[in-house]
Amino acid sequence: MKKILGILSLLVFVFVATSILSDVFLDSYNLENLLRRTALFGIISIGVAFVIITGGIDLSIGSVVCLVGCALPWMLTEQGFSVPVALAAIVGFSLAVGFIHGILITKVKLQPFVVTLCGLLLYRGITRGFTGDQSQGFGTDYKGLRELATGEVPIFGFDLPMPCIFLLVVAVLAGIFLNKTIYGRYLLALGNNEEAARFSGINVDRMVILAYVICALCSGLGGLLFVLDVNSAQPVDFGNFYELYAIAAAVLGGCSLRGGVGTIIGVVIGTALMQVLRNMIVLVDWIPTHIEYAIIGAVILAGVVADELLKKAVARRQASQS
Amino acid sequence: MSESPSEDPALLEVRGIGKTFPGVRALGGVNLSLEKSQVLSLIGENGAGKSTLMKILAGVQPPDEGEILLDGKPVEIESTRDALDLGISLIHQELNLATNLSVGANIFLGREPLRGGFIDESKIKQESARFLEMVGLDVHPDTLVGNLTIGRQQMVEIAKALSVNSRILIMDEPTSSLSQAETENLFIAIKDLRDRGVSVIYISHRLGEVKELSDHVTVLRDGENAGELGREEVNHEAMVRLMVGRDLSEYYERKDRPKGDLALKVNMLRTPVHPKHELSFSVASGEIVAVAGLVGAGRTEMLETLFGVTPALEGTIEVSGSEITIDSPISAIEAGIALAPEDRKQQGLVIDMTVRENLSLAALKRDQKQAGFLDISKEQEISDEMIKAMRVKTPNEDQVIRFLSGGNQQKVVLGKWLAMKPKVLLLDEPTRGIDVGAKSEIYTLMEELAESGVAILYVSSEMEEVLGMADRALVMHEGRITGELSRDELSEESVMRLATGAPGDDQAA
Repeated sequence: MKKILGILSLLVFVFVATSILSDVFLDSYNLENLLRRTALFGIISIGVAFVIITGGIDLSIGSVVCLVGCALPWMLTEQGFSVPVALAAIVGFSLAVGFIHGILITKVKLQPFVVTLCGLLLYRGITRGFTGDQSQGFGTDYKGLRELATGEVPIFGFDLPMPCIFLLVVAVLAGIFLNKTIYGRYLLALGNNEEAARFSGINVDRMVILAYVICALCSGLGGLLFVLDVNSAQPVDFGNFYELYAIAAAVLGGCSLRGGVGTIIGVVIGTALMQVLRNMIVLVDWIPTHIEYAIIGAVILAGVVADELLKKAVARRQASQS
Repeated sequence: MSESPSEDPALLEVRGIGKTFPGVRALGGVNLSLEKSQVLSLIGENGAGKSTLMKILAGVQPPDEGEILLDGKPVEIESTRDALDLGISLIHQELNLATNLSVGANIFLGREPLRGGFIDESKIKQESARFLEMVGLDVHPDTLVGNLTIGRQQMVEIAKALSVNSRILIMDEPTSSLSQAETENLFIAIKDLRDRGVSVIYISHRLGEVKELSDHVTVLRDGENAGELGREEVNHEAMVRLMVGRDLSEYYERKDRPKGDLALKVNMLRTPVHPKHELSFSVASGEIVAVAGLVGAGRTEMLETLFGVTPALEGTIEVSGSEITIDSPISAIEAGIALAPEDRKQQGLVIDMTVRENLSLAALKRDQKQAGFLDISKEQEISDEMIKAMRVKTPNEDQVIRFLSGGNQQKVVLGKWLAMKPKVLLLDEPTRGIDVGAKSEIYTLMEELAESGVAILYVSSEMEEVLGMADRALVMHEGRITGELSRDELSEESVMRLATGAPGDDQAA
């Protein structure tokens, strides 16, 4: 709890500041939209958190989102697949991507950065190939299916966007997996010290592969919901930089890129902070929109620097006491 | 105990140094005196204050009280820079060399001689060669440090200290990662430096080395002077008595235990590291068997093969009479074999997790509920039980392992495996880096485990540990078992003869 207190107060601060600086921020339309974006990015951020906890990284998330986001309308409208078949194909593709990443990293012993960097290039290139670099969309069809992302569930007089339900389910499952099962404990242990985990009889390779599979599945689900939300996807830029948003949210939320540390609630709060920031940049008049990246970069940097300094101070105090 | 017989002031005189950290008094009025051309050993249990004192002398930390005199004149050492200027160099346990640079570049790192704004390579070579010759290291200054053995890297470190005109060299556990031959070379260099007028403060847990090297021994206990020993008075018993305040006989408490059935039987085992040699031996339950030998004899490799880290190329392993295949730690653990590895922090423990999480780590799989859910109450049970059984000193079970002492960390490793109720417990250097008090606790725990029927096979490089604990010893040399010694045959000479490769008359393996 202590670990997320800092990021939570930062979120509250930015939220309050934005609601003062902008008169439309608190409009229900804007808040709904903000929630929807947070939920969509939250799902892919939770996925990458698992990989980061093992001490790895996944740079291919944006491209997986792109491939899934373009492949779904392409399969449905151009290839005439039925919805179940298209969804099954997406699940199968995501599983395969995660599995191959995991095998290359654990068995061939390639570095996660290299493997997933190649994935980043590959999946986007493939998408641009099979779509002929043409925009893919649902047009006016598949309204029912699109409800998964665009729909709303009335709760306490507020219309909660559907993606929030997905995020809730994913976050609860992820939280239970990470904290209540032996596998979650194994992931934390091997992220901290892979060798000690191996010496304790943990099947380290299998757990690492599992982390990449979880990440790819979350990316696939994210890609699906992203495209259902916006109706069409451009192969050239759909999902661009999403892996960086996801990684940044996870890191802001307390995951260490050295591995072994992270909480799901922290990642969700980190995601929310990123989205509120982006929203603020758009809504507040005197902040030029085109410096978005600079602001986000500066906030993340400040966040991790503060976190690191705090950790050092705590460690010093504990060390001098023992 | 009077320090200097002559009227000349000592080279270095430390008077009444005190240092307090929040909650701990690390040093309370410590005195120390070092003469020119003297090797002074500083010994004491972990936590006795040796490192703090050395850090003060090297300018890493300032003292709270007391004074330091150099050549009879008081000096202030406020930074490592000050210490170097005064001619005091600290050589750390972990070497501080840039392994990607050459020997010469390392020696002059940060003080490169320049010519016309560029590094004067020829001067570096020339000067380096001179210092390398002084420490007796026969390598070219252009050699990459990374290509040298640890022992030679240490010599480079010493050469570097000499190059800044150090008069006092402080060496903190310099032999902890050296082989026998490298250690001997280091000793030759130290003695040579002494004869050239350099003084050395030598910190070590290895009392044999201290005995061989020291002109004088200063013993610290609980941050205070526990006693001084002159050259003639230095022996094991005297040093241990001053360090722990009790006798060596209390330090080892060996009981005779009945030998049970065969727990581990190894036949014609070939390890990947020494594929040419076949290993055969057995250990009965309730038996404590030592594996003696010099560093590099293949002892760790043998344990790692038995534990499945580096699976055997050939041969059979039987546990309690049934033959098993061990191709990973997972299968070894399933068969009832456990390993407390040599590198505790890297292999034995997840250092940033808590005591409870480490104690339960190996048992999680066995104790899981349906669908892999953690059994929190079982975990709690194991943690409570093992903290008690292993007498782990920790404020609570949620303490992060990093903040425990080495001895308590090792107890957690033992507890983790005891929770698995192993038939065979493999221990690799079970007391390395552990202070004397905690050592005897580890020995007691080993005795208790053996009494409860566990077969214990332990690797040790400390002669007294082999002689004191073992019911039987296997001695290895360059990948082979050169002999097996029963309790009655165990002696320093018999072990050393086999460890150095001389075939014993009683060769059993």
